[in-house]
Amino acid sequence: MLADKDRIFTNLYGYQPWNLKSAQARGDWDKTKDLMTRGQDAIIEEIKASGLRGRGGAGFPTGLKWSFMPKEPRADRPSFLVINADESEPGSCKDREIIRHDPHKLIEGALIAGYAMRARAAYIYIRGEFIREAETLFAAVQEAYDAGLLGKNAAKSGYDFDVFVHRGAGAYICGEETAMIESLEGKKGQPRLKPPFPAGAGLYGCPTTVNNVESIAVVPTILRRGAAWFSSFGRENNKGTKLFQISGHVERPCVVEEEMGIPFRDLIEKHCGGIRGGWDNLLAVIPGGSSVPLVPAAQIMDAPMDFDGLKELGSGLGTAAAIVMDKSTDVVQAISRISYFYKHESCGQCTPCREGTGWMWRVMERLRTGDADISEIDTLFDVTKQVEGHTICALGDAAAWPIQGLIRHFRPELERRIRENGGVMEAAE
Amino acid sequence: MPKVTVDGVEIDVPQGATVLQACEMAGKEIPRFCYHERLSIAGNCRMCLVEVAPGPPKPQASCALPAAEGQVIKTDSPMVKKAREGVMEFLLINHPLDCPICDQGGECDLQDQSVAYGRGASRYDENKRAVTEKYMGPIVKTVMTRCIQCTRCVRFAEEVAGVEDIGAIYRGENMQITSYLERAVASELSGNVVDLCPVGALTSKPYAFEARPWELTKTLGIDMMDAVGTNVRIDSRGRQVLRVLPRVNDDVNEEWASDKTRHHVDGLMRRRLDRPYVRKDGRLVEASWAEAFAAIKAANAGKSVAAIAGDMADCETMFAAKALVNALGSDLLEGRQTGLAYDVTSLSAVNFNTTIAQAENADVILLVGTNLRWEAPLINTRVRKAVWKKGAKVFGIGPEVDLTYKTEWLGDDASLVAKLPKAAMDALKGAERPMLIFGGGALSVPGVHGAALALAKSVDAVKDGWNGFNVVHFSAARMGALMLGYAQPGGIKDIIAAKPKLTFFLGADEVDFAAFDKSFKVYVGHHGDKGAHAADVILPAAAWTEKDFTTVNTEGRVQRSEKAVFAPGDAREDWSIFRALADALGVSVGFDSFDECRAAMVATVPALGVEGLVDYGWSVPKLDAKPEAHAIPSPIKDFYLTNAICRASPTMERCSAELLHGADYAEAAE
Repeated sequence: MLADKDRIFTNLYGYQPWNLKSAQARGDWDKTKDLMTRGQDAIIEEIKASGLRGRGGAGFPTGLKWSFMPKEPRADRPSFLVINADESEPGSCKDREIIRHDPHKLIEGALIAGYAMRARAAYIYIRGEFIREAETLFAAVQEAYDAGLLGKNAAKSGYDFDVFVHRGAGAYICGEETAMIESLEGKKGQPRLKPPFPAGAGLYGCPTTVNNVESIAVVPTILRRGAAWFSSFGRENNKGTKLFQISGHVERPCVVEEEMGIPFRDLIEKHCGGIRGGWDNLLAVIPGGSSVPLVPAAQIMDAPMDFDGLKELGSGLGTAAAIVMDKSTDVVQAISRISYFYKHESCGQCTPCREGTGWMWRVMERLRTGDADISEIDTLFDVTKQVEGHTICALGDAAAWPIQGLIRHFRPELERRIRENGGVMEAAE
Repeated sequence: MPKVTVDGVEIDVPQGATVLQACEMAGKEIPRFCYHERLSIAGNCRMCLVEVAPGPPKPQASCALPAAEGQVIKTDSPMVKKAREGVMEFLLINHPLDCPICDQGGECDLQDQSVAYGRGASRYDENKRAVTEKYMGPIVKTVMTRCIQCTRCVRFAEEVAGVEDIGAIYRGENMQITSYLERAVASELSGNVVDLCPVGALTSKPYAFEARPWELTKTLGIDMMDAVGTNVRIDSRGRQVLRVLPRVNDDVNEEWASDKTRHHVDGLMRRRLDRPYVRKDGRLVEASWAEAFAAIKAANAGKSVAAIAGDMADCETMFAAKALVNALGSDLLEGRQTGLAYDVTSLSAVNFNTTIAQAENADVILLVGTNLRWEAPLINTRVRKAVWKKGAKVFGIGPEVDLTYKTEWLGDDASLVAKLPKAAMDALKGAERPMLIFGGGALSVPGVHGAALALAKSVDAVKDGWNGFNVVHFSAARMGALMLGYAQPGGIKDIIAAKPKLTFFLGADEVDFAAFDKSFKVYVGHHGDKGAHAADVILPAAAWTEKDFTTVNTEGRVQRSEKAVFAPGDAREDWSIFRALADALGVSVGFDSFDECRAAMVATVPALGVEGLVDYGWSVPKLDAKPEAHAIPSPIKDFYLTNAICRASPTMERCSAELLHGADYAEAAE
């Protein structure tokens, strides 16, 4: 179990105020200038050495991502940092806690990360529904400006850096990095084709890096305590600490910072008071937010909670938002509801996702009641394969995976419902 | 030059080509819906998926993927076949199977590609989506349930037409294409979205349920609605022209056509002059050809004969009339019916010298007295391309109009041409490829032509490999008329001053006929318009779709058009009218057939015998260069009603009323 002294987010539960004074008492904004005078390349190297992987779900190495940015941005084509606070994945609630209670970690991280990638400004794109959180963030940014920590000669480092907070309007797809850039530019939130990647042509056609809130917020602490400290947690290739969010049928759902690779059983026992009704009552877990396939109880119990460990189980860490389902769950309905979410949130730009998500949801709804033919299970699986990997962004994949997971692990349940609903329908000639 | 392998065939592709283009170069057909050569890449239909190595182990959208050295592309692997079948199935699940009542049937990309790449049967058992119709104006009919959201129309409106009137609302499977607040699309190019639409979602409203494509006879023609010389295909059935579609010609119209070009055709069936008329006791009465000729002979004009060419006169017609007038002993010919009288001693000084295709490479552009959007819509798209794609800067003198791109208006006084504000002057002088465009409105003010040529010299607009001096005409007949000598030094005033006893009007409707009240007026044309009303004798002739002809566009490009249908009733092709009239008047015009007429014309003006650009040579006449301080007038009052055919067309009438005069046409309630 992660010791308190090794926690990055020391005010995760809001026992102390979020404001600048309290944040400084917790160590934020402490000698930020010294961190920056290490030099831009040194910061990037430190982050690379720490093994930090993006906390937004895809797990791309953060330092490597920064190193794609131009070393000498042109005056007419400045670089930008965009911070993704459009946390809309069902199950995920970590960025919200950071912004609520520790916004200065994020803002300081924005300055340092922006400085390291030679960005002119950072845009924090915050989810529209986060009304109170946005208020906090606006106020915190203002505090930082008032204290001279942002703006001209930010934190007396000699570097000019601005942070803008932009509120979204409630579209899940705007959490996709290029759709977020489109939305920031004032357009309809639809993902762009890649290449060009944002590091080449992003916001307003300028080099841009899009990072998750958590990835940015941990940066100052990593620099203060050293890459070696951060990489002392977790397994090879899965370093550091991570905010886990456990919801569903556990005794005490919570958001908690833990070491990467902590076994699922430990995570639940130590922080959540165990599974409701005991471990025998566990049915399945969606370990990384709604877009990853579920993992049945037997496989997840002792699995390490990190990128590679969950990949081996055919699932993924995602945002580390574990949705725990006990045996009282109608698992088909649960997945069907997730299907509805993706149908509702598909941007409609490209064909497989626009047409496929609706189709998948409608078949899922019938499978829920058993009003289907056994052969439709295979058809549905085939449809998910037709969506997966054929779309512009990953929303198509995200819509397909939960259904694939369901069919892979709960096919008998699906067939049982069809049989009980009136037996196998006659094949129509 | 990256080298790629497509299905085992190694080819070199140009730098910057996409994988899709590479496949096409290798002779492989790649199905697509959203991709279009002349629009930006959207990559959203996912139909063009191919397998590319190296790359992720999933099919890639070839339209958006740059071809790179050493790529191995497979267009016929099982993975690609399955991916295409999958996308096709998705496209069809919500597409209605109403092909029998769909106007796109027979020329539908979705139909063709589902046969070629589809699965044969659908596994989709749920209900299909239905979408309410949208209103997009008098040209475009919508059946939005058929829409496959390829966004070609959206991109065309934004990129080529320059109006942000079409867009997508809602998201996911509820996404709908619509016009802004469901108002008519305010563009003179809106009809092109009908061609672009790969399905039957956007179809032609005037042509709705008229014909199936396989019933139509297709004839290659040149549009006569403006001086661009749009290359078109005339689709006819029996004796009726049902529609006009643009043909691809990258030098002229790319593959666009203006709404006037497309939709004036219903005017070809209305208000036609299908028999001769002779004025008796102040009233026009029907007559036979012999009676009409006798009436002309009875005018007994002798040598006092003139001919005025209208805006849609073709070269052969004008040559035949010229031959008759010359044979009668006169040389009074004029084509500028509204009174323009600019100097034509050097045709290069009244030509669009930059050429239409090169206009998009200009870097600083000065527009003087021209509403390009109305006078030459497809030159306007080139200028827009220069601005939009290459960042050209545009200055304008004349009445301020919305040209769909940023124009810095300097004022509407003609004298500005001689003393440009410093900013504009500096920009033009600093430009590598400056382009000056003068419209008919500008040339109507005395002194502007001279000042324009002086300006061209002072900003060095004419240099090696670049001629930036341009006059844009709005009359399709103009350049041909000037080449055939239809120009008097003082314009039509000289003709009036000569007081001809007999005047032929070749489809000329914009003339001030009161000035000819002492003359015996013979109208040779096809529509009962102003010219016919004023005439003493009407000789019914063929419209542009009803004859072979040669025409020269505003850049001096000689093009030929073919006959699609026969003229109605007793109407005859123009050359034969003048040939027959010559017999009646007892003179000889020197040709007995159309071919002889054309040969004689080419013998007189050899340049008309060669299709393509005429080289006028650059020479500058000495002209008065002191323009009057005078507001530049606008020569076109109503884009949709510029000639007799348009004025007879209900569609053009409606476009004019609705788009220019704000009339409200409520759609019939469903």
